[in-house]
Amino acid sequence: MILATSHDPGPRGRFGPFGGQYVAETLMPALAELEAAWRAARVDDGFGDQVATLLRDYVGRPSLCTQAARLGAEVGARVFLKREDLNHTGAHKINNCVGQALLARRMGKRRIIAETGAGQHGVATATVAALLGFPCVVYMGAEDVVRQSLNVFRMKLLGATVIPVESGTRTLKDAMNEALRDWVTNVDDTFYIIGSVAGPHPYPWMVRELQSVIGVEARAQIAAATGGLPDAVVACVGGGSNAAGIFAGFVDEPAVRLIGVEAAGDGVDTGRHAATLGSGRVGVLHGSKSYVLTHTEPARVGQIAEAHSVSAGLDYPGVGPEHAAWKESGRVTYQSRTDDEALAALGQLARTEGILCALETAHAIAALPSIAAEVGRDGVILVCLSGRGDKDMITVAKRLGVTL
Amino acid sequence: MTAVASDVVADPVTAVTGARLRARFAECRAAGRAALVVYVTAGDPRGALDETVAIVRAAAGAGADVIELGVPFSDPSADGAAIQAAMERALAGGAGLHHALDAVAAVRAAGCEVPVVLFGYYNPPFVMGVDAFAARAAAVGVDAVLTVDLPVDELDELRLPLAARGVGVIPLLAPTSTPDRIARVRALDPAFVYYISLTGVTGAALDGARLSAARVTEIRAATGAPVAVGFGIKTAADARAVGALADGVVVGSAIVARIGAAPPGGAAAAVADLVGELRAALG
Repeated sequence: MILATSHDPGPRGRFGPFGGQYVAETLMPALAELEAAWRAARVDDGFGDQVATLLRDYVGRPSLCTQAARLGAEVGARVFLKREDLNHTGAHKINNCVGQALLARRMGKRRIIAETGAGQHGVATATVAALLGFPCVVYMGAEDVVRQSLNVFRMKLLGATVIPVESGTRTLKDAMNEALRDWVTNVDDTFYIIGSVAGPHPYPWMVRELQSVIGVEARAQIAAATGGLPDAVVACVGGGSNAAGIFAGFVDEPAVRLIGVEAAGDGVDTGRHAATLGSGRVGVLHGSKSYVLTHTEPARVGQIAEAHSVSAGLDYPGVGPEHAAWKESGRVTYQSRTDDEALAALGQLARTEGILCALETAHAIAALPSIAAEVGRDGVILVCLSGRGDKDMITVAKRLGVTL
Repeated sequence: MTAVASDVVADPVTAVTGARLRARFAECRAAGRAALVVYVTAGDPRGALDETVAIVRAAAGAGADVIELGVPFSDPSADGAAIQAAMERALAGGAGLHHALDAVAAVRAAGCEVPVVLFGYYNPPFVMGVDAFAARAAAVGVDAVLTVDLPVDELDELRLPLAARGVGVIPLLAPTSTPDRIARVRALDPAFVYYISLTGVTGAALDGARLSAARVTEIRAATGAPVAVGFGIKTAADARAVGALADGVVVGSAIVARIGAAPPGGAAAAVADLVGELRAALG
């Protein structure tokens, strides 16, 4: 398997001061079991072959990495797209699900659960569960069930049970709470496939390693196309798994700028956004210490704040702990783009390249003009095209005032 | 960067924390019965401070030996439906960590000396600042703090600032806890340990098959601390059964459900009724 071993976390999964295992005691032995299984599997050639085989024969890897000439001409740089949207199920999420589901089988677990926001991780989990013959339960905020009804239907067709979560803000964070409640109740036989580089150790590390296939492939593909490294690599950041995966191929190359783009929602100054790294502060949520959107005024101190984004996949008040460490070290810079900027970028990519990307991905596209201004017309920018946009067409139509 | 850890303080494991709790468990032991630990969420049902104070005092007056005062949190991922609902009621009423601390201050100002354990999740005290939180907790008369998402591995970042001010921590142990993890609790010298009776969230059905006297005895011996058992204890009969095995019996969701169902202004009386039944069952 492809691993970026130079960046293993410290004891109990620390990336600098971030990460850790902030979970109920009941889950601690399960996390220890998972970590031991992962440490053994990641260096086991037989397991690596199983992952590589499914990624090739089922997911369709390697994904293409192609120059976007017309988009590049508009934004003012040489732009390359890493086409994770062409994976089976239409997003990068399945890279992680394949690895974790194979690990679940290796550990002898009998049941898979997952949380999902936009539904992409839920669909990927349901897909791999069907392939490997696991019963699968997906928790999804009731608000997201309405926003992403198409993905709910897909998951059900794939044999998964989708449970709408009515508590809290009825979005991704509440789905994750409910998945944790399920896991704590059924910890003996259940494997929890977390969909991002978030949660308690070893998840942030394991998910980044399983997604690092994006960056390792892209590095070789860019070298073949341009003879060198890109000047900049850009990806959207919600929890941060597609960004962590593509950055993993370049993080040891100081000449390569790494840029993460968060969701600014209505604008970071409106309070209605999901720019956790840009406007949040350090806190503890869902098992790890990282940046969170949290209230600081005395009456509500420490309550998790509601995130807002047109993109359900970025609508999360936390972010993976390795991103927090990258922000602190300055290795990665984080920007944000608003809903309107993302919608415009989605249209621009469609018009210039014939590609309808996910609303999440569109935030990264929206950052291209400003990055191009820094790297210049001959500069090479690699974008992680994390997912396709079919799931978002109803949302986009509504925002554009179109009745379907 | 934003502060991540508190100032380092000398490890105060030798300092006695939670003296009022230790005394109460010793009294119950001397009386030959289990201590009754009653959980209520601060600010439930309407976020009114005087009502929180009235509920705590009513519970103490009806025979609660220890109050676990829940700190409302937006993301209570270890709690079941009843306590989630209580926290949502409290949050809707504007309650939070400061409400809980203010309530303890008011309980003490009213002359009520029932031992109080603050029960909650780590983000509120972390964002307040663990040193500021520890200072305020000590000042208002909190005896110990139980933080669901701080396992013993991560506990020191809160335990040390609290212990420096004489406030204890209560560790959780679970059916899944391994002997080495149970043994690590001894070094914390807690006033008691909270043993979760089942793998699950608060409010689940009591699983008698998994709760054995041998397990409680094992934990008591390994930790050197009294063992209170919680999760799933709803009725006087449950309390009597668990009280025969353990040093303490924790009742939460059943109390909170009474608060949720009480007519306006009737929560304190409803709590007192159930606490009285539970206390009578323990002898």
